[in-house]
Amino acid sequence: MENLLWLIPALPFAGALLLILFGRRMPRNLVAILGAGSVGFSALITLLLGFQFLSARPDFYVQQVWTWFDVAGFSPGIAFHLDALSLVFVFVVTFVGFLIHVYSAGYMADEEDFARFFACMNLFVGSMLMLVLADNLLLLYLGWEGVGLCSYLLIGFWYKNPANGYAARKAFIITRVGDTAMAIGLFILFQTFGTLNIQAILSEAPQTWPVGSQKAVLTAFLLLGGAVGKSGQLPLQTWLPDAMAGPTPVSALIHAATMVTAGVYLIARTNVIFELAPPAMMAVAIVGAVTLLIAGCTALTQYDLKRVLAYSTISQIGYMFLALGVGAWSAGIFHFMIHAFFKALLFLCAGAIIIALHHEQDMRQMGGLRRALPVVFWTFLIGAASLAALPLVTAGFYSKDQILWYALAGERGNVWLYLAALVGAFITAIYTFRMVFITFYGEAKTHVSHPPGLVMVVPLVILAILSTVGGFIELPHNFAHLTLFSDLLQPVLPGIAVDETIGESEWMFQTLAAGVSVVGLFLAFLFFYARPAAFQETITRSKVTMAIRDFWFSGWGFDKLYDMLFVRPYVYLSKLNKADVIDEIYTGMASLAETLNRALSRTQDGVLRNYITGVVVGAVLILTLSLLL
Amino acid sequence: MIMIWLIVILMVGGVLAWISERASIAAPRWVALLSVLVPFALTIYLWQTTSASATSPWLLQLDIPWIPQWGIGFRMALDGLSLLMLLLTFFLGILAVLVSWREIDNRVGFFFFNLLWVLAGIAGVFLTMDLFLFYFFWEVMLIPMYFQIGIWGHANRNYAAYKFFLFTQASGLLMLLAILGLYFIHGRQTGTYTFNYFELLGTSFTPEAARLLMFGFLAAFLVKLPVVPFHSWLPDAHSEAPTAGSVILAGLLLKTGAYGLLRFVIPLFPTAAPDFAPWAMLLGVIGILYGAILAFSQTDLKRLVAYTSVSHMGFVILGVFAFNELALQGVVMQMITHGLSTGALFILAGFLYSRLHTRDIRQMGGFWSVAPKMGVIMLIFVMASLGLPGLGNFIAEFLTLVGAWQANNWLTVFATIGLVLATAYSLRLMQKTFYGENALESHADAHALPDLNLREMLIALPMVAAILWLGLYPQPVLDTAKPSITQQLQAYQEPEAPVVAPVAQNAPVLILPADTLSTHHSTRGGAYVTD
Repeated sequence: MENLLWLIPALPFAGALLLILFGRRMPRNLVAILGAGSVGFSALITLLLGFQFLSARPDFYVQQVWTWFDVAGFSPGIAFHLDALSLVFVFVVTFVGFLIHVYSAGYMADEEDFARFFACMNLFVGSMLMLVLADNLLLLYLGWEGVGLCSYLLIGFWYKNPANGYAARKAFIITRVGDTAMAIGLFILFQTFGTLNIQAILSEAPQTWPVGSQKAVLTAFLLLGGAVGKSGQLPLQTWLPDAMAGPTPVSALIHAATMVTAGVYLIARTNVIFELAPPAMMAVAIVGAVTLLIAGCTALTQYDLKRVLAYSTISQIGYMFLALGVGAWSAGIFHFMIHAFFKALLFLCAGAIIIALHHEQDMRQMGGLRRALPVVFWTFLIGAASLAALPLVTAGFYSKDQILWYALAGERGNVWLYLAALVGAFITAIYTFRMVFITFYGEAKTHVSHPPGLVMVVPLVILAILSTVGGFIELPHNFAHLTLFSDLLQPVLPGIAVDETIGESEWMFQTLAAGVSVVGLFLAFLFFYARPAAFQETITRSKVTMAIRDFWFSGWGFDKLYDMLFVRPYVYLSKLNKADVIDEIYTGMASLAETLNRALSRTQDGVLRNYITGVVVGAVLILTLSLLL
Repeated sequence: MIMIWLIVILMVGGVLAWISERASIAAPRWVALLSVLVPFALTIYLWQTTSASATSPWLLQLDIPWIPQWGIGFRMALDGLSLLMLLLTFFLGILAVLVSWREIDNRVGFFFFNLLWVLAGIAGVFLTMDLFLFYFFWEVMLIPMYFQIGIWGHANRNYAAYKFFLFTQASGLLMLLAILGLYFIHGRQTGTYTFNYFELLGTSFTPEAARLLMFGFLAAFLVKLPVVPFHSWLPDAHSEAPTAGSVILAGLLLKTGAYGLLRFVIPLFPTAAPDFAPWAMLLGVIGILYGAILAFSQTDLKRLVAYTSVSHMGFVILGVFAFNELALQGVVMQMITHGLSTGALFILAGFLYSRLHTRDIRQMGGFWSVAPKMGVIMLIFVMASLGLPGLGNFIAEFLTLVGAWQANNWLTVFATIGLVLATAYSLRLMQKTFYGENALESHADAHALPDLNLREMLIALPMVAAILWLGLYPQPVLDTAKPSITQQLQAYQEPEAPVVAPVAQNAPVLILPADTLSTHHSTRGGAYVTD
């Protein structure tokens, strides 16, 4: 059974290859079946392997397909490593990925380039699977860059609009900045350990590097650089909101199943190195905390439905980083899984709305959709409740509560991190229900023309169920004490020690967290449903609030800043030197030779008188010199 | 003998192609194709049947005295490095013939004569182990290339051809001086005046002499590679040359510079080279960044690709002077994969030019909707040029950088930043040509842009297959290069130990009298046989 492992990433790749080669000549149905089917079969194999894994409980399965290359003892393999951590990721990637593929068959039904779309989607899933299954960092890097490529291809899927192309390039280039940092990290790891095999490095590292050693810290920071790039965290988050330019299923795939969670995976995978580098751990937590606040505030001000969701992704991944940073490894991964369910759900619902309203994405043009699109409404509501972490009934509550708790009570946690997370939870509840009220309540502003078909509805329902029951596999220990998920991850990820002094009062903080999200819900009800006009007036009355709103709306000015600091100077410099200043040296030499030639040829003017003068002057000069010297 | 045949077939084929033009205009094409296919097949055969022995990296060698009183001989030898370079030469040679099939329609015979003679010169450079002969072949590649640019080039061809000629000729003369210097110093020391590479290897110099001679060789190789600030001939020559010329320039001629560094500079000057290494690596990094920045703003498609070559060749010099196996393997891979990927980009530029009659990317855009096949191929090679894993260029760049990291951390960091800049120019290239709004629709006289035809697919697909193969399973190439690389490094790490000559100690070698035309030794499983 284990030797089926290679099929999990291979099937989507094979699907992509077939679609690239023959997709244009295939009937649309076949394209959809091939596209969704390849991922579906991967999901089935994952299920089979998963059952076997759960019943046999080995530490890991490993399968080497071939040796990629072998130079001077550096021999990374095309080899896959399945342990509990990769199993969770593979499960999410294949299942959520499969549902998104099925949905896409409906969503993209009128699209001209049907085959190209599915080819890229398959490639995307395949690359992500490569990333999470790789047994060495170089193969992981292959998946890592492959994911970057696919995001570029899919964000720019509607290539005719140059703005989409710009967003696509932005995504690729910004994530590549992070990748470069990561590559340098790999150089250090290879130099130190002589291999890039993950397990070998993880078992060697504690013996080679003492805790807090310079190299460990440097490496951890470089890996963090790669992670913030892919995961859309500060300071490399600016590409993610623009990634909305792609078709909506692509956004769902990027935000839920693939791409942005790669950074979370990388940090969790190399947890040993991070544990050896306390400053880097702190940095991960702080990046997470700051990002979740900044992105949350920005989400409050957006009107584009997909942009709200995009910023909420950045914010939620901030939570995952926060969890990883305080050493609550399995809490971070748990939130990743739950987030994948509800974020995919929310994006797919948003897609259904957008299609129903003729590609309208502005929430101000929506409203009253509750009655027109009931299924979408109910499923969206479930997703939103999970995102806002409404207490007890949603999966998001259980996953987020853990993070909040460890941010405070974990040995690396502190009250500031906790406060950031708590305020973030409050903001999350507000912007989430702001979305719900503006979109689904109030008067209808655009006519619904295109209700979603069955192909699109079924994935919504499945994801809605997962967004609810998914949380019940891991319950707080003062509640029912069910730890299926953390038990599963326990062999891979270290556990977390809790500060005993505050351990007693856990229920108090849980109530606080629950209260905060309910209050957020209420405020959203007040501002965006009950008295929207009054709220609007309060905001617009004061210049300060308006300025803050505009600042938040622009994503805290990061785009402008980077544009000024990096993009413009680079383009200017490059344009300035388009003709290559070094070439001037050589053309200068050439024109000097020409000038000399012209000057000297003037002496040969054919006038005998001048020649005789020249000869006489020369002779006199030579004679004088020979007499003098 | 097979090594001579490789060159002779090309040279004779060239002459035949020229003559056969009288028969029909199609004849030179077929003659040329055949004359490259045969050496290609022979080289593949050599690759399959020979392997290096444990003691010596040399697969074949040949030594025919030519002008014995001056120590000049017809000396050739083949090792893994040369073999790989030959494979690349003939592979790109075939493609160069195929792309010229329709593109060249005047003086067809003379064109293919020049094409084949350039290839012959290149093959000679990769094979010869006599410095006099090396210089001869170095010139043989130059002159037909000059004609190719000057006669069949684009509008500004004369300027470009002169510039190309002056740069390479001037630097080549410096190398000639260095060769002569080496010849006399060695002669004075040992009493035998010879141009034999293997005998010259052991020469010891005063530090000043070593530095001076090394710079003579470096002049030729760095200009050819090219290294900033000696690169400015390249954008002109590449963009003005006909497609086949650009492919050969970028794919092969630049590689002779890299080959020269590996074959001559490193083993001949094991004490002087390390002193120069930090500066050389710095030059490499400057080249990577400078070329990438310039590529970003170019509007001429071929000029853009030309500057990417400057950037990519920076990795070569960076890796060569890192002096370790990882980096050198990376360099060899870079030579091959850059030859393929840049060759492919020039070929695509040629395809577009033949349809649009412009190289200006401001007049292009949105071609994906009309020519998706071409778009996919373009995408693949654009990705190759930005170093996407899974394609050959990634292996090359990653190995080079990992190796360079061991030698110098900071320079490697800056070189790695080059990957970001490469992303910027590569994606811009893709955007301006195949994405965006269809540029043809805005023209009233919209000429159609047909997708790739059968001949063009026949050119493109082998390149795609090769770049994928090198990206996913490069081991055969690495294994072939390994013995040569290990040997160069031995010479470097232990400067006193002489490099193993092809005359392996454990095997008898026949030195036949001068009137016997040929001696030929080939290795099979380490044992020499004479045929």
